Amino acid sequence: MNLAVAQAPQTAQAAVHARLRGVTRVFEGKLSVHALGPLDLDLARGEFFSVVGPSGCGKTTLMDLLAGLSEPTEGTITFEGKPVHGEVPDGIGAVFQEDASFPWLTVRDNIAFGLRRAGVDPAEIQRRVDYVIGFMGLKDFTAAYPAQLSGGMRQRVCIARTLVLQPRLILLDEPFGALDQQTRLLMGDELLRLWRETGATILLITHALDEAAMLSDRVGVMSARPGRFIDVITTGWPRERDSAIVADPAFGAVTARLWSLLRSESLKAIGAKG
Amino acid sequence: MTRNTAIGLTRIAVIAGSIALVELLCQRKIISPLVMIPPSEMMTSLWHMFGSHKIWDDIAQTFSTVALSFVLSVAAGFGFGALIHALPRVRRALDPLLASYYSIPFFVFYPLLIALFGLNTIPLIVIGFVFATAAMVISTLNGLDRVPRVMTKTARILRLSPARAVWSVTLPAAAPYLFTGLKLALAYSFIGVIAGEFILSGGGLGFSIAYAYNDFDSQTMYALMMFVLLIAVVMNGALHVWEQHMLKKRARA
Repeated sequence: MNLAVAQAPQTAQAAVHARLRGVTRVFEGKLSVHALGPLDLDLARGEFFSVVGPSGCGKTTLMDLLAGLSEPTEGTITFEGKPVHGEVPDGIGAVFQEDASFPWLTVRDNIAFGLRRAGVDPAEIQRRVDYVIGFMGLKDFTAAYPAQLSGGMRQRVCIARTLVLQPRLILLDEPFGALDQQTRLLMGDELLRLWRETGATILLITHALDEAAMLSDRVGVMSARPGRFIDVITTGWPRERDSAIVADPAFGAVTARLWSLLRSESLKAIGAKG
Repeated sequence: MTRNTAIGLTRIAVIAGSIALVELLCQRKIISPLVMIPPSEMMTSLWHMFGSHKIWDDIAQTFSTVALSFVLSVAAGFGFGALIHALPRVRRALDPLLASYYSIPFFVFYPLLIALFGLNTIPLIVIGFVFATAAMVISTLNGLDRVPRVMTKTARILRLSPARAVWSVTLPAAAPYLFTGLKLALAYSFIGVIAGEFILSGGGLGFSIAYAYNDFDSQTMYALMMFVLLIAVVMNGALHVWEQHMLKKRARA
């Protein structure tokens, strides 16, 4: 078997996998906070799209909206042509920055968790879990509990738990945020490998400009709150790429461009003058 | 020898040493036989008592009463805790009451309970229940507060139904705190029931200890006291081992 995702029903707009139009999110309360938008975005099927922006600009809010974990105050979101209404649609998987591995389950049971709850046939579960365990390099740790693993390995378990469900859109909210730089580069290579193998669309939220520049087909740069896209940069990297790309002069140019766009927004976010 | 084995052996040595010391003091009559009998005599007396129907009736009554008040307090404490966790305003109003709950001397209400329900096991179940429930409510609130938000987000991403999310994610994530609630609820049920039997009851271990005390029957009284102590130690020890087994899996390396 491989991890290639099941093809979604073809529509007239098959190239657009997910679409946001005029999406705004305001958190009501004693002090109403306009967190996001209005914002438009088209995610092409199979592309690797990263979102960078200053702290508190609404990146995670954007991911929650796209995942159906919360509802927009205004605007529409569609995934594979169907509206997303505050409920997670079939075909979306997500990995978060915080450790979300279940400490009471072994690595194998963590990975099989979603399949078991979905009532998948046990033989099929075993086949898919075995494949993902091999793919993510977790073969020696199947009987271990998350507490016995490093932060990077636990994040692999979370990615494996998402991958085994064969999502067509994978949302990653700073999944390597808690890892050291070397591990992040290596995990980036793993991510590119699984992206090529699965053919899934990936939306990566990150603080790290080099990570966004290295991994992405396109990078959306967000303004300070309320977050809007101030620019979307196309990197032009070939599909077959890895972390060696950081030595390419074009990589430096992309990163520099990202920083020039972000610098004034980051200063705004911390309340300083640029 | 591992550190845990050494700690365990030290614990056993302290208990055994204390018992040996009391045995010695009693045997040498430094502690008068009118005040206390030696632990060896307590054990012999207890052994003989196991041959009579009376003790088994007492054990059955006390244990069934404790079991009922424990089950009821855990169910009600968990349900109420989960409910007020979902209603933050109600919780804010009730928090100070929960914090000062154990400053109320509940046993003063025991005569009232007997007047309401009669001299049977119901007042004992109620006193055990009232004594144990708050511990379960507080532990449930603690546990639910500490379920990481990312876990509930993960449950939603995995498209679990709300009931399934609670059963498969929230409860296991909160389990260490809920377990503390179970331990406390069992201890408080035990204390409530035995103390209630002691004050006024027609049977049960507490009643038999009080009866033997009033009858100057030191053999029976100390034998039953030792039995209650042993049961408390065994139950607590078993729960401790179970809890340690659960926490060991989760402890970060």
